[in-house]
Amino acid sequence: MAKTHVTMRVNGSEVEGLVEPRTLLVHFIRENLALTGTHIGCETTHCGACTVDLDGMSVKSCTVFAVQAEGSEITTIEGIANADGTLSALQEGFRQMHGLQCGFCTPGMIVRAHRLLKENPTPSEEEIRFGIAGNLCRCTGYQNIVKAIQYAAAKINGTEFREAAE
Amino acid sequence: MNDMTITRAEREAKLEGMGCKRKRVEDIRFTQGKGNYVDDVKLPGMLHGDFVRSPHPHARIKSIDKEKALKVPGVLAVLTAEDLKGVNLAWMPTLAGDVQMVLADGKVLFQNQEVAFVVATDRYAADDGINAVEVEYEALPVLVDPFHAMDADAPVLREDLEGKTEGAHGPRKHHNHIFEWTVGDRDLTDAAFRKAEVTIKEMISYHRTHPSPLETCQCLCSFDKVKGELTIYGTFQAPHVIRTVVALIAKIPEHKIHVIAPDIGGGFGNKVGAYPGYICAAVASIVTGRPVKWVEDRIENLCATSFARDYHMTTEIAATKEGKVTGLRVHVLADHGAFDACADPSKWPAGFFNIVTGSYDFPTAHLAVDGVYTNKAPGGVAYRCSFRVTEAAYCIERAMDILAQKLGMDPAELRLKNFIRQEQFPYHSALGWEYDSGDYHTAMKKMMDTVDYAGLRREQAEKRAAFRRGETREIMGLGISFFTEIVGAGPSKNCDILGIAMFDSCEIRLHPTGAGIARMGTKSQGQGHETTWAQIIATEIGIPADDIMVEEGNTDTAPYGLGTYGSRSTPVAGAAIAMAARKVKAKAQMIAAYRLEVHEDDLEWDIDGFRVKGLPEKFLGMKDICWIAYNAPPPGMEPGLEAVSYYDPPNMTYPFGAYLCVMDIDVDTGVYKVRRFYALDDCGTRINPMIIEGQVHGGLTEAFAIAMGQEIRYDENGNVVTGSFMDFFLPTAVETPHWETDFTVTPSPHHPIGAKGVGESPNVGGVPAFSNAVNDAFSFLGSTHIQMPHDFWRNWQAAKALGAV
Amino acid sequence: MIPGPFQFHRPQSVADAVKLLSTLGDEARPLAGGHSLVPMMKLRLATPEHLIDLHGIGSLKGIRREGDTLVIGAMTTQHELVASPEIAALVPIVKETSLQIADPQVRYRGTLGGNVANGDPGNDMPGLMMALGARYRLEGPDGARDVDAVDFYQGAYFTALEPGELLTEIAIPVPPSGHGYAYEKLKRKIGDYATAAAAVVLTLSAGKVATCRIGLTNLSETPLLAEDAAACVIGTTLDEATLAKAADLARAVMQPAADGRGPAEYRTHVGGIMVMRALKRAAAKAV
Repeated sequence: MAKTHVTMRVNGSEVEGLVEPRTLLVHFIRENLALTGTHIGCETTHCGACTVDLDGMSVKSCTVFAVQAEGSEITTIEGIANADGTLSALQEGFRQMHGLQCGFCTPGMIVRAHRLLKENPTPSEEEIRFGIAGNLCRCTGYQNIVKAIQYAAAKINGTEFREAAE
Repeated sequence: MNDMTITRAEREAKLEGMGCKRKRVEDIRFTQGKGNYVDDVKLPGMLHGDFVRSPHPHARIKSIDKEKALKVPGVLAVLTAEDLKGVNLAWMPTLAGDVQMVLADGKVLFQNQEVAFVVATDRYAADDGINAVEVEYEALPVLVDPFHAMDADAPVLREDLEGKTEGAHGPRKHHNHIFEWTVGDRDLTDAAFRKAEVTIKEMISYHRTHPSPLETCQCLCSFDKVKGELTIYGTFQAPHVIRTVVALIAKIPEHKIHVIAPDIGGGFGNKVGAYPGYICAAVASIVTGRPVKWVEDRIENLCATSFARDYHMTTEIAATKEGKVTGLRVHVLADHGAFDACADPSKWPAGFFNIVTGSYDFPTAHLAVDGVYTNKAPGGVAYRCSFRVTEAAYCIERAMDILAQKLGMDPAELRLKNFIRQEQFPYHSALGWEYDSGDYHTAMKKMMDTVDYAGLRREQAEKRAAFRRGETREIMGLGISFFTEIVGAGPSKNCDILGIAMFDSCEIRLHPTGAGIARMGTKSQGQGHETTWAQIIATEIGIPADDIMVEEGNTDTAPYGLGTYGSRSTPVAGAAIAMAARKVKAKAQMIAAYRLEVHEDDLEWDIDGFRVKGLPEKFLGMKDICWIAYNAPPPGMEPGLEAVSYYDPPNMTYPFGAYLCVMDIDVDTGVYKVRRFYALDDCGTRINPMIIEGQVHGGLTEAFAIAMGQEIRYDENGNVVTGSFMDFFLPTAVETPHWETDFTVTPSPHHPIGAKGVGESPNVGGVPAFSNAVNDAFSFLGSTHIQMPHDFWRNWQAAKALGAV
Repeated sequence: MIPGPFQFHRPQSVADAVKLLSTLGDEARPLAGGHSLVPMMKLRLATPEHLIDLHGIGSLKGIRREGDTLVIGAMTTQHELVASPEIAALVPIVKETSLQIADPQVRYRGTLGGNVANGDPGNDMPGLMMALGARYRLEGPDGARDVDAVDFYQGAYFTALEPGELLTEIAIPVPPSGHGYAYEKLKRKIGDYATAAAAVVLTLSAGKVATCRIGLTNLSETPLLAEDAAACVIGTTLDEATLAKAADLARAVMQPAADGRGPAEYRTHVGGIMVMRALKRAAAKAV
């Protein structure tokens, strides 16, 4: 099958590659770009482990072809940390609130939460739960993920984070 | 270190030892996408393997035509059973003493069984290759229902066992029978039932489900022809066991096999066993001389590698009119699918199911388990439980509720009346276990007080009255679970895997500057060992946890261990860590005595070093001792400061807990809402409360899913109907309830630090709490038992059958 | 789980897309959000030789008002529908329904056109479009034609689309201000198709139902318009007896399949419950 040349911006850098039309974006990111933080968990568009930010949208990169991302702007988990390399508020929140265990869903979860907080900087618990419902986690039961996102929201907004009483 | 300006509390805090909510070391890399999972590993020249799978649940293979597949660009090889026979690997041993086809040999026995292995330059070409392999099948009669497995006219599934009347666990009664396992005193138990004032009997099923970690099973095998060495990266919960098994079946010397389990994306029991993918990738690497990666997709994961449960438990309790239990009799029909690939200690065909007497003082009990073959995927793994303990806990906790209902007694009161009392520990159960410790009444009462149990019962009575008056269509249920786990396999006198005794290990090596590395035979899949293991060491030897690197998963460097499953890491490896640390500390004490010019007995341990008794200014810190150990040890002493411990526990540990679920169910739709869930866990000494809480949240979420809908279901023709995340219920953040956690602490008397293990308690204890809540909700309408899973439509059917709709 | 090979086309206009579709014939499939098609391709249940990606066609995007009609470009995503002030003001049930489709990531990609055009009985929008009296613009090699949503669906994955035709626009008559609406969807979890769902759009006059349309999702091989059920509530105050009658009349047209969501009997039963609940909630919103 003839290959197609694609270019896009990933985590702020211009990248290019030759792909088959059927090459899934997640494979382009993981194999061609060697950015292995984006994971594959279900392949049927349910689990969200492959979530990346594409032109300001959270998308499941297992269900988009690389050729469709031509000319787009993509952020993966590797592009989420602060410019100085320190952990972003979300990354810090996940650690502080024990929002991860095996770590496999974490990149997708953080990338999704990143877009959620851009669109809604002060989400309620219900809005957070609804907003991350495209990402499955098998370890945490989500409760501490919700707290992690609340922690990050408070930090970004400069407000005080109060851990909800159990 | 002897800086008097910092307080003892500050020194203690700096260690981040046991009891501290230490933030996880692992999270630094995981939150940045810098984890290193198997599929992230790439080797030069790497190929990809993928399976052709059977669409039929039971069929004879007439032919396999590879020709078209071999012409697909990028396809290098297609392996079939015939090819594997050449290296004597067409079949492999299971952990349960059975054998299993690696690739279909003559026939297929379950839908999605591995038929051929296509090896190609990348995963796209491999997938094209699979679609080009032509297999001709002749369908055979299908056996789905385990209750018909031993019918006289049931189809013969395992032709390889024809005429074999002895299996790995004794006589076989039928061509589809695997084993019968009995425990307890049948005569005494029968007598108790004859004398009983009250008895109950119910067939309680625990349906087939799957651990389904978010990362599937995968491996990367690389055979170096020149050195004759095989390197295997894999999602292995027990890397050393994999190494030994490979050595035994592939006849490669064990020192030439390097097994590396990098970061693992959840296991929950799915990654204990050995699967055809591992064998095929290894053979393909040997055949092609190139590294071969095998990555299971989700459908393959759900349909082929290791289901859990599928126990059908006919349960009887004998009791007095006052509600004192006098006997327990259980018969289990265990559906193992096409091959008995249970991942239990080898002598335990039904795992530790004989913990089924639970938290109660049964004077006598008898248990019989019959294992049978059906045309379903092989397995029977411990999905976040210690070898059939969750089935046992569900069985007894459901049965106690049924008994309470028959007696007209509150289920909490019935439990309090029958608990093993604190003074009875260590307690010898009627089915052969020695419970190490417990304080059940305290835990139960704490739960009841915290949730206002009496108030909830009053509210339920009011709601039931309102329902009867037609004022509401909602019913309310309270689900109690008071479970006792048995974890920490295990004492080698009881437990082995294929003859390998189930000890575990730790090696601690301190460096001259006071930092160190510790390696264990366990393997974290999310439990946070890199964090908690260092906390044990910090408390034991006074080196800050931050200065201890924990490494697991590389069989070349880690001491031999049996891995992480069955909540065994803390009971076994946790003990090995403490014991290794104590060896280090003993040597450190000798060094300190020499330096401080006193007798060892004149020293006392003080947080992070040794102090001369009565002379508080004479102190030598561990950091200094590390330097001295290497550079100026006492005369005659070997330099260095390190130790290894292999720990064979004297007994299992017995964590327990009291859970309560408050649930409302809309009878018109069957839709339920978990209003409240309270979980009190007693796991003995608590190493990291933050991680314990996380483990409980996660286990409860799994229990919620299992009880309320998660199922591997087959239709009557043997087709899997829940083979993707559309139909296999994994709750999202929206469906998942809010969890309240609590604890009591009853340390294990035999464990060096008193810890018991907690990871699996919430799955074991959670399922009965949810199911009891549903059953309790419907009980006033006249039902005694409704089978799991309790998804919406089944709840509606129950309501309808009871005349509520 | 890898799609078979195909050629990728990215036309810049509807005319080009239609030309490609009609030239390439059965082996070509239009690609909108792709969240139904791509998973089918990964399972190789769909193996098109040509994919015609519609993302390059700017004219297929957007929401505009034309008199009493709201015209929505087929490539408008569910996320855009949720975010649109016109939708929220004029046909808020479209927003309410969009939020019940799949999950956030899917809504960023999933399009209204894809949802209504592929004929999957599980999709939420077709039943709603029937309830709203929407019309679809189909453009083909012989020009454009409009088909009412109620006439579009012929069977599971069978629609009025002719070979070479592309669904380009959805035209929704703006319901009267003060109308009541509700989309009641019973599903097992976020991301699931409906076990049963009902869309209700109604108006009240002096406390009684003046007009009413009821659409049903995933209760037959096609979406359904429950006409008898809607007719029976006209002129009533939606008392309990009327609601029960409407549910039964709606159930009479349902023919759901048994699947993991439950046996047909259950799905039919809760289909009626969804109708009752949607009617009640819609009436409570109407002024």
